[in-house]
Amino acid sequence: MSNAPSSTSSSDAPEIVQRGAFALTMRRLLRDPATLISFAFIVLLSLFAIFAPLTEIWTGHSAIEQYRETGMTPMGLPVGPNGSFLMGTDQLGRDVFVRLAYGARISLAVGVLASLAAATIGVTIGMCAGFFGGWVDTVLGRIMDLVMSVPFLLCALALVSVFGPSLSLSVSVIVFFSWTTIGRVIRAESASIAKREFIQASRSMGASNLSILIRDVLPNLAVPIIVYTTMMIPSSIVFEATLSFLGLGIVPPTPSWGGMLADAGANSIYLVAWWLVVFPGFALLFTTLAFNILGDGLRDALDPKGRKIVRRRKSRKNRTTTRKETAQ
Amino acid sequence: MPLIEARNVTIRIPTEDGGIHAANSVSFSVEEGELFGIAGESGSGKSVLMQAIAGLLPGAEIEGEVLFNGRDMLTMSEAERRALRGAQIGMIFQDPLSSLHPFYTIGSQIAEMIHAHEKVDKAEARRRVVEMLERVGIAEADKRYDAYPHEFSGGMRQRVMIAMALILRPPLIIADEPTTALDVTVQAQIVELLDEMRRSFGTTVIMITHDLGLLSSVADHVMVMYAGTRLEIGATEALFAMPAHPYTLGLLRSSPAADSNGSPLIPIAGKPPSLLARPRGCVFAPRCAQASDLCHTTPPPLRRYSDATEALCHFTASLPEDEPVTEQTTPPAASRTSARYVVEASGLSLTYRSKKGFGRAVENHVLKGVDLTVRKGETLGLVGESGCGKSTLARVLAGLAVPTDGEVKIQGEPIASLTAARWREMRRRVQMVFQDPFGSLNPRRRVGAIISDPMRIHNIGTAASRKARVQELMETVGLNPEHFNRFPSEFSGGQRQRIGIARALALEPALIILDEPVSALDVSIQAQILNLLQALQRDLGLTYLFISHDLSVVRHICDRIAVMDKGQIVESSTSEQLFRAPAHPFTRELLGATHHPPALTGVDTRHLISETPFMTQEAQA
Amino acid sequence: MIAFLTRRLSFGVLVLFTLSAFVFLLFYVAPGDPARMIAGEKATAQQLAQIRENLGLDRPILVQYASFLGDALRGDLGFSYRNQQPVVDLIVRRIPVTVSLVLGGVVVWLAIGIPIGIMSARFAGGLRDRLGQVFILIGLSFPTFVLGMLALYTLYFLPRKNGFVLFPPGGYAPLLDDPLKWAWHLTLPWLTLALVTAAIYARLTRGQLLSVLGEDYIRTARAKGLSERCVVYKHGMRATLTALVTQLGADIAVMLGGVIVIEQVYGLQGVGSMAVQAVRNQDRPIIIGVVLLGGLFIVISNILVDLLYAALDPRTR
Repeated sequence: MSNAPSSTSSSDAPEIVQRGAFALTMRRLLRDPATLISFAFIVLLSLFAIFAPLTEIWTGHSAIEQYRETGMTPMGLPVGPNGSFLMGTDQLGRDVFVRLAYGARISLAVGVLASLAAATIGVTIGMCAGFFGGWVDTVLGRIMDLVMSVPFLLCALALVSVFGPSLSLSVSVIVFFSWTTIGRVIRAESASIAKREFIQASRSMGASNLSILIRDVLPNLAVPIIVYTTMMIPSSIVFEATLSFLGLGIVPPTPSWGGMLADAGANSIYLVAWWLVVFPGFALLFTTLAFNILGDGLRDALDPKGRKIVRRRKSRKNRTTTRKETAQ
Repeated sequence: MPLIEARNVTIRIPTEDGGIHAANSVSFSVEEGELFGIAGESGSGKSVLMQAIAGLLPGAEIEGEVLFNGRDMLTMSEAERRALRGAQIGMIFQDPLSSLHPFYTIGSQIAEMIHAHEKVDKAEARRRVVEMLERVGIAEADKRYDAYPHEFSGGMRQRVMIAMALILRPPLIIADEPTTALDVTVQAQIVELLDEMRRSFGTTVIMITHDLGLLSSVADHVMVMYAGTRLEIGATEALFAMPAHPYTLGLLRSSPAADSNGSPLIPIAGKPPSLLARPRGCVFAPRCAQASDLCHTTPPPLRRYSDATEALCHFTASLPEDEPVTEQTTPPAASRTSARYVVEASGLSLTYRSKKGFGRAVENHVLKGVDLTVRKGETLGLVGESGCGKSTLARVLAGLAVPTDGEVKIQGEPIASLTAARWREMRRRVQMVFQDPFGSLNPRRRVGAIISDPMRIHNIGTAASRKARVQELMETVGLNPEHFNRFPSEFSGGQRQRIGIARALALEPALIILDEPVSALDVSIQAQILNLLQALQRDLGLTYLFISHDLSVVRHICDRIAVMDKGQIVESSTSEQLFRAPAHPFTRELLGATHHPPALTGVDTRHLISETPFMTQEAQA
Repeated sequence: MIAFLTRRLSFGVLVLFTLSAFVFLLFYVAPGDPARMIAGEKATAQQLAQIRENLGLDRPILVQYASFLGDALRGDLGFSYRNQQPVVDLIVRRIPVTVSLVLGGVVVWLAIGIPIGIMSARFAGGLRDRLGQVFILIGLSFPTFVLGMLALYTLYFLPRKNGFVLFPPGGYAPLLDDPLKWAWHLTLPWLTLALVTAAIYARLTRGQLLSVLGEDYIRTARAKGLSERCVVYKHGMRATLTALVTQLGADIAVMLGGVIVIEQVYGLQGVGSMAVQAVRNQDRPIIIGVVLLGGLFIVISNILVDLLYAALDPRTR
């Protein structure tokens, strides 16, 4: 972390036992069962997704094959959960359980990838806008405003209608329309960090902008970056599911949760086959819920509101008017 | 019967880390019509005490009794307490900007107070508000009634707060640091107004402040608090002439006083204790110069003196026998006379242009033709009120802001003409120490990395040599060199300021610009830092530019003083000269507005009449 | 104020211009021949050329774009490829459904979200706060279409199976014909649309109000002896309102997405479902029209929100 070697420090006997930031965070997290359960759920879900092929082997059902004999009633309706089909079959006689496992892959992959990409873009642009201010901020800020004033689902529809639905298009659309959320937060945070005196101090010592950005600004953004990236995962998952639900996301035979729900919604088949909406629906709900709880928990643990507020008792405002805040 | 009397008030505030013992069996009583001062450093519990009594701290656990006109405020219902607030007890807070609602007009905010307690029609309320605004010195009160808080200056806002507190003519006003956020000259006006108002309305005032000088000039009685404990209480004159408690004595000896200049201050060693745990003995024992073994093990008794002064101590405060010989820092004569200038600035101007609403450019002249020189080895003080341009001037001298006009030479070299490489090189020669010890250190980096930053940026030395240098520097500024691996949050305010100084020293700069280096610190810590700065200058032959709003601090440490007002240096002379015969009206105003605690007489006229054990709830538990 | 308004207006124009250029270019560079889409697979080369000439598709792109912009400014967005009707007429016919949905949704989510947020903040840390937080988390996590499907299943299908009708299966009844029927048909869509957004508002209200209640001026209000109700609802909410209004501006784009999904789930023939249909049919003029309409809607709402903000915060005046 720093250039100070720590070889000798271990033998030091500090007279005050003080918990490090990491230990404190862990302590708070461990006292928060909701967050722990959510985390466990996410781990299990990831395992479920990674080992999706095992569900095929175990049940003996492929994800895309239609079991018209075993998986459908003589009337041509899907069968409910039973010993062979744990979660029933869909309107084409496919195994919902196996499809759910493969759908988890799509949801998690899209959620995590899109969030990481969006966070990278958002953090970079937000940091530059907030730190440099001036015309850089004006231009980047306007771009963010522009992206945010676009009816994104409609634009996504337009894009899909031209290029045809695909996974990569879904991810790009999600990234393009969601980096502004984190970008806005990081921009505000960076702007307030840029005004702190330790930035002045680095500058007065002759540090370059790049060095200040990387050593002074970025580490102080760790908390919002972690929290907002986590919180972006569920919205990306929902975004992808929505696209698939509207038939604009993952191309049909490939299972995805949104697509499964779309199939259930078509012709209102789910009204007679509840398992078609309950299993993928709740899988989606619990996944987003778990990520949201995890994000909340991380925020509370990393940045507790109860932390002591630095009282600026005798400090005087010596900032001579630099830039009058323009009326927004 | 006293107007308000607190008996054994104990306050505990639960937090994540455990309960904070904010007040510990505090008693006091205030007679009608007097001005009662509560003094203490930050964290002493003085504000918490009064807010909890007024019922403004819902989370606090409070015990004891507080009799207001004979009724216990702590046992009455919330509705009854609410009826008291405003109508019977007016309050004035520290920061008038954040204490006024930004979205309501000031008039409506004051009128709301009337409507909350009386059945009055709108026109009548407005009439009373306008009348009160006029009384507190707001011109065109009828028009200003409909103005919003952001349209007022700091001093005017505090007048509005005072008008609000007084509008229902309450018998008691609690003023919590009413002048701390204001400029010195405005402070004086506000104190004067408060004093005038309390005399004409016969209002009793409890004033909470860290400013001993202020209290010595206005208060009738003073209570001194430390770590939630009332250490001393007594009549103002007696208490300031010769305190009975070693802490009060220490506070007074660490404040730069009116007549002492240059002589080292006597700081109180150490730092304020954590309020999470209470010690077995005296709370002040770890920092007390007079402490004995007894103080660390046994809670101190309450000692009552003949002049009604009370102190919580095993002993009576006394000045040390062997008063340290004042080591007058006579700088080497050579540097005084030598014409070697570190800084020569001439005709510096700086103008900001900003666009306002309708597209017309507004010019803001921050610096208007400033000439300034700093000689090698001296300390030049730069004094002025907020917004006068002194920090901007510092930024220009440090090369962080480019002047619109004028020239700065550092060691004879004009900085405007430097190439990029030379400019970077110049950064080594001017270093800065900042005001806010919490804001000026990157919270995410270790102290070792922070102090070695200048060496890293200028590629000096190897990792090992840098580490050695860091430890050497930490030792120089009085920090434990073993702590290089810690984060800034693990240090107290004073220690952080030492880290900032160590960082500034790392490259042995020709000039150190100190921008309000002690104004965020408590008096006792402030003295430690000032002494450190003087010692460093003596040992290392440093040159300082010392920026401050506080004349007494500047006078204490500086050889020469430049007074700045509205972007110009209005007067510049040696410290003695400036204080003896201020030439410019602004300097005179500034000097006149500064309160100093009176000099200690050291003469102990009182005698002990009783000593009773003083048990606190925590000590019994 | 005027300068501020001009700035916002010109930004709105910029948004619409960018948006129009984006969709236009998108369809220009897109694979697929519009003429063939109109004429169908069996059309002859001559018919195709005729259609191209009629539509001006043989002109250079910039000319086409300019004439498109000119027409659009006059309120002419071209004709649907599918049934040759004017796009504007098609959209206008469907606007009442979407507007009913949106306006009702806004009312419902504000009516749910803000009180829950206030309750949560007032009793921060207590049981009511915990309940509020649970609502917020579940609301935030519920994908709109899952909620819609579950609502239809439990509130329409299950009662009907047991012989009584609680809610209609979807569809729309015009307001002017029968207001009660209109509201009855829209109740489930409103609730579905509102729940997610209500959670956002509850969270925002809670967070803002909590931080406002820690402000010095709230302490002043208490020191005046005002009742706790007055402190929270007058002084606290007054300062929270500006943040809510700002959020309202940011949410309009998000909400529009919600509308598309809701219309789909409840079979409402609004603008959103028209867009989805148009995508399936590759009916480009309609897509362009709907995207521009959505953009216009967002721009206008944002300007209204800005004006509201300026009216609320005296410091920006």
